[in-house]
Amino acid sequence: MDLYRDEILDHYKHPRHFGHLDRPSLTFHDTNPFCGDEITLELQIEDGVIKDVAFTGHGCAISRAAASMMSEAILGKRLDELKGWNKEDIIDLLGIEVGPVRMKCALLPLKALKAAVWGLADDGEAAA
Amino acid sequence: MAQTTTLVPTMAVGLDIDAIRADFPILQRRIHDQPLVFLDSGASSQKPRQVIEALDRYYETTNANVHRGAYTLSEEATAQYEGARARVASFINACCPKEVIWTRNATEAINLVAYSWGRANLHRGDHILLTPMEHHSNIVPWQMLAGQMGLELDFMPIAPDGTLVLDNLDRLLTPRTRLFAFTAMSNVLGTINPVKELTAAAHRVGALALVDGAQYVPHAPIDVQALDIDFLAFSGHKMLGPTGIGVLWGKREILNSMPPFMGGGDMIREVHLRHSTWNELPWKFEAGTQAIAQAIGLAAAVDYLENVGMAAIHRYESQLTGYAMERLSEVEGLRMLGPSADKRGGLVAFTLGDIHPHDIAAMLDTMGIAVRAGHHCAQPIHEHFGIPASARASFYLYNTPAEVDALVAGLHKVVEMFAF
Repeated sequence: MDLYRDEILDHYKHPRHFGHLDRPSLTFHDTNPFCGDEITLELQIEDGVIKDVAFTGHGCAISRAAASMMSEAILGKRLDELKGWNKEDIIDLLGIEVGPVRMKCALLPLKALKAAVWGLADDGEAAA
Repeated sequence: MAQTTTLVPTMAVGLDIDAIRADFPILQRRIHDQPLVFLDSGASSQKPRQVIEALDRYYETTNANVHRGAYTLSEEATAQYEGARARVASFINACCPKEVIWTRNATEAINLVAYSWGRANLHRGDHILLTPMEHHSNIVPWQMLAGQMGLELDFMPIAPDGTLVLDNLDRLLTPRTRLFAFTAMSNVLGTINPVKELTAAAHRVGALALVDGAQYVPHAPIDVQALDIDFLAFSGHKMLGPTGIGVLWGKREILNSMPPFMGGGDMIREVHLRHSTWNELPWKFEAGTQAIAQAIGLAAAVDYLENVGMAAIHRYESQLTGYAMERLSEVEGLRMLGPSADKRGGLVAFTLGDIHPHDIAAMLDTMGIAVRAGHHCAQPIHEHFGIPASARASFYLYNTPAEVDALVAGLHKVVEMFAF
């Protein structure tokens, strides 16, 4: 399937949830030095549920589209559910076949999300 | 979409590119239903049939370990393997084959010098001079050694056009400087450095000169004796040869004074339970069975290159690079790194507005065009110019002006697709 299908390019050019939250419960920054990709993910969490999300950073179309699509998808989801997410969930969102070289680009947003939510107990409080 | 011209200049030099291309089977491949346009020889070159056949012939007719058996196959293999060493020695005008040490690649060659010469000769507080345009393989081994031995690393300044600033060279080289390690040609900027001048400056303070020839040696004539350098490192796979074979060349008297790099078979003269003595050059540095077939394949690559002529290859690539830079300047938002064509070898790294190099490379791939994207194992020079990554087109003797045109047309499409 086409790596740069229209929906990917649309999310790349018009990323959803791009920017900052007023009062994020949690901010997580991650980089992929190999390609110079960078993401800062902000989450607002209430009662163990993602109430709002925003991201900033720069990267290729695949990593930016993945961040945009993932942000839409995690809204309203419970932390314990997100902890179970893996690479298949992101590939499904992107709807493309991602080769081994570009996989790191596609998974950077998920890596940031997982690192963020695994630092929390399921109710959203900082894990012991 | 911007119109691309198909103005193809007549190359003034007499390389028969059609005949050369016919020697490279892989150039017949189609990628995504388009003819392959391979512009990543700076990372690893393609191989002519003559090299592939040399490997086949060795495995089908001669394969045996060298320096071992008193039987026909081993004797033939040894003769071919040592003949390959002599072939490479004459290619770089070394005084003798024993100055040519087989390694896996240029990286291992530089590490060999760091571990063997560095540990035996350097002391706390000694300085090593480098440049910011080095490949990671000519930075990281020195960082590791500096950390272990308490050495200081210094870096030459670099001008905005990506050439070295030579004005203060004599102040950077002090009596504490023991080694000046620099590339003959940058793999990002394309800059060709003045090897002879840099070497002479190093020698004035008693420092040795190590030259990373990974990008330069495949593309231009080199004469290690005329340059008076002390070490030269290069890789076979970037010069039409197989992977897994590289060269450390060093001046005989320096190599002789150095302790072995790795211990094992073939590098010894005598082994007893509690002590050993070392073999002579070059085998002192070649522990264990080496890449025999690959060394023979590299000799076939050297034959091929010399048959075409290194000076002719260099002239052709210079012209092609000049043409590429002219055409690339037509692409909206494209910024080239490095100096003008007359100061560089056959590669051009660039950025294209805010479009990520990975997207450039992936889109070009859909048109059959292979370029490199990323920091090309030279993160410091990207940092120096304030960019995380770049795309790079690198050329070799089989590339054509029509392929440059295809690249430029492809980049216009990339701009059209990714522009906001």
